[in-house]
Amino acid sequence: MSSTQHEWPLWEVFIRSRQGLGHKHAGSLHAADAAMAIQNARDVYTRRQEGVSIWVVPAEAITASSPDDKEVMFDPANDKVYRHPTFYKLPDEVNNM
Amino acid sequence: MTEGQHLQIILRLGDDALVLGQRLSAWCGHGPILEEDIALSNTALDLIGQARNFYTLAAAREDQGRDENQLAFFRADNEFQNHLLLEQPNGHFGDTIARQFFFSAFALERYAFLSRQLVDAEVAGIAAKAVKELQYHWEHAAQWILRLGDGTTESHEKVQASIDDLWSYTGEFFHPDEVDEAGAEAGILPDLAVIRKAWNARVEACLSQATLTRPEDGWMQHGGKQGIHSEHLSYMLAEMQVLPRTYPDATW
Repeated sequence: MSSTQHEWPLWEVFIRSRQGLGHKHAGSLHAADAAMAIQNARDVYTRRQEGVSIWVVPAEAITASSPDDKEVMFDPANDKVYRHPTFYKLPDEVNNM
Repeated sequence: MTEGQHLQIILRLGDDALVLGQRLSAWCGHGPILEEDIALSNTALDLIGQARNFYTLAAAREDQGRDENQLAFFRADNEFQNHLLLEQPNGHFGDTIARQFFFSAFALERYAFLSRQLVDAEVAGIAAKAVKELQYHWEHAAQWILRLGDGTTESHEKVQASIDDLWSYTGEFFHPDEVDEAGAEAGILPDLAVIRKAWNARVEACLSQATLTRPEDGWMQHGGKQGIHSEHLSYMLAEMQVLPRTYPDATW
C-alpha cells in the first residue's frame, strides 16, 4: 500500500453533550468515510459519556478565516459594547445563555 | 436444571467474555490506526466488564468464599468452559475481525434472549446491559467485514482466508450439551437451533454484501464447553494469570 493511500481523510468531530445544548467541536480523527468517522468518534470522544449526539464533517469542507485577517474581522467590534446583552436582567430560570 | 448446571451456565457466559476480552486486550497499542486501537480496547473492556458481572454473580451463588478474581485467575485451563473460537490467537487484523464477527452475531442473539427470560432476573439484568454493547461490537465487526471483503484484492483474499480458517469453530455455538439442553428446558437459555437460524441470516447477509463466500458447513470443532481446549488457551491463561498467582495479594 502506498503512503498516499494509507492516509485516510481527516474529519472534524462535533459532540452535543446534553439535550438542548449545541454541538461543540471535540477534535478530529481519521476515517475512510462518514460511517467509519461516526464509529471512530463514538470510540474516541464519547467513551466517558460525553455525548448524546455526534456530527462529523470532512475537514476539507470547512473554510476557515485567515489569521492574517484577524484585525479586519474582529477588531471593529472592540468598542461596540452595546452589542452585548449585558443591559438586560435575565430571569434565573434562563440557563446556558 | 440442577443448581450446578445453573451455576455452570453463568460461568460459561463469564468465560466467553473473559477469554475474548483478554485476547482483544493484546491489541492495545498495536491497532492499525489510533482510532481502531481505541475501538478494540473499548470492546475488550466491555467484554471484561461482562465477565466481571457474571463471575461476581457466580461467586455469590456458589458461596464458596471465592470472588471474581479467584474465578478469573485461579482456575486452570480445563476449568474454563468458553467456546474454542474465542481462545484462537489474534492473527492479523482480518483474523481478529472475523473472530469478532462470528462471536458477536452469536452473542448478540444469545444476550437478547437472556435479557428477556424470566428464570433468572440477575442474569437478565447483566444481559440487558451487554446487549447494547454487543450491538455495537456487531456493527463494528460487520462494517470491517464489508470494508475488507469489498475492499482491495489483497484485503478480500486475506479476510476470506480468515473466514475459512475460523469457520470450523462456529459449529460449537449451536451444538448443545446436557447443560445447554437443561438450560433451554428451564427457559434460561435459548434453543440453539433458533439462535443458529438468526446467526446464519446475519452472517450470510453480511458476507454476501461483502462479496465473500460463506464456507460450507463441514466438520466442526468441539470441546471448549467441556473444558477440552486448543493449545492456545493455556498460553493465554499463563500470561493472564502469572501476576496474581505469583503475588496473590498484589494491589495497585
